Amino acid sequence: MSPAARRWVFLAAIAGLAAFYLWGLAGLPGFGHYPGPYGLIINKIAVAQTNATGVVSAVNFEYRGFDTVGEEFILFMAATGMSVVLRHLRGERERPGLERGIGADEPPTSDAVKQAALVFVGPVLLMGWWLASHAQTSPSGGFQGGVVLATAFILIYLSGGLLTFRRISPVTLTDAVEAVGAAGFAAVGLAAVLMGLPFLYNYLPLGIKPGAVSSSGTIALISFFVGVEVAAAFVLMVGEMLEQTLLVRGEAAT
Amino acid sequence: MTVLPYLVVVWILAVGLYGMVTSRHLIHLIMCLIVVQSSTYVLLLAVGYRNGAVAPYFSDIGVHTPAVDPVVQALALTDVVVEAAVTGLLLAFAVQAQKRFGTLDPHELVQIKG
Repeated sequence: MSPAARRWVFLAAIAGLAAFYLWGLAGLPGFGHYPGPYGLIINKIAVAQTNATGVVSAVNFEYRGFDTVGEEFILFMAATGMSVVLRHLRGERERPGLERGIGADEPPTSDAVKQAALVFVGPVLLMGWWLASHAQTSPSGGFQGGVVLATAFILIYLSGGLLTFRRISPVTLTDAVEAVGAAGFAAVGLAAVLMGLPFLYNYLPLGIKPGAVSSSGTIALISFFVGVEVAAAFVLMVGEMLEQTLLVRGEAAT
Repeated sequence: MTVLPYLVVVWILAVGLYGMVTSRHLIHLIMCLIVVQSSTYVLLLAVGYRNGAVAPYFSDIGVHTPAVDPVVQALALTDVVVEAAVTGLLLAFAVQAQKRFGTLDPHELVQIKG
């Protein structure tokens, strides 16, 4: 199909979609007129039931914790899938001279970038750790914290290059950390089953005061494991992509 | 105008789809897919919004303060995570396509495939 014909087919299709959408919109309550009831009920009972003042985290790691297990394994499988897709093709090998410094033919990173990246590594690690460990009290949690923690590793790459990135996050170790994060979440859920309770039942003491870091039982624990898993998964995914810059095809290499 | 957020949703969806349909580069196509998916964030958050309500965090406000729906916010979080995972995987496919076929133009890739 020619690009012009393709465009016309698309415009006709999107006009039809928009018509159906607007038709459906007519039956929706207007923006801001939330009909409930689920959000209203959860907001009313979540703090009393879980001692977590961050209700979004309570929903994610408690009320629909079963979904979040699946969500976490989507990320796990995506990281695994990336390693499979990016495996070395036939005739591909690493560029020679890796130890002498990577990308000697590319312009070097400026000192300003290296310094700025290095300065931010500590604060970003702290922030990621804080986010991953405060799911129960504030707008944070394992997913957000994990991504910020992985950003610290990317900053280390910016500052020190790929060789340093590899040294602080060896693939085998990162794989193991990711597995611990993913399995930890499942183990917290399965422990409840072993105690004769439903899967992912919140069996830990909830703490006395809602909003304390030590409150909310398994929510905080699951969030921690999710943070570990997400951080490792993103470090692996970024690492896989960076490794690609080192590869050359057999016939191209001299 | 109370339907504006819903119109924003369909607009983001439409421009993202338009970009995907007319794309001549796989990386561009993946970015357009991210735009398409972004429309779902707006939809989810718009559906859960209540006039005059605050975020569902009760650390420093009373438990009975009107707050927006936390369920759709949690779903939006799931959405973001899945998007990141899917994007990573698709970018990996794009890298392999470039390596195997030497092009990232979807039209040329279709012709190579036969």
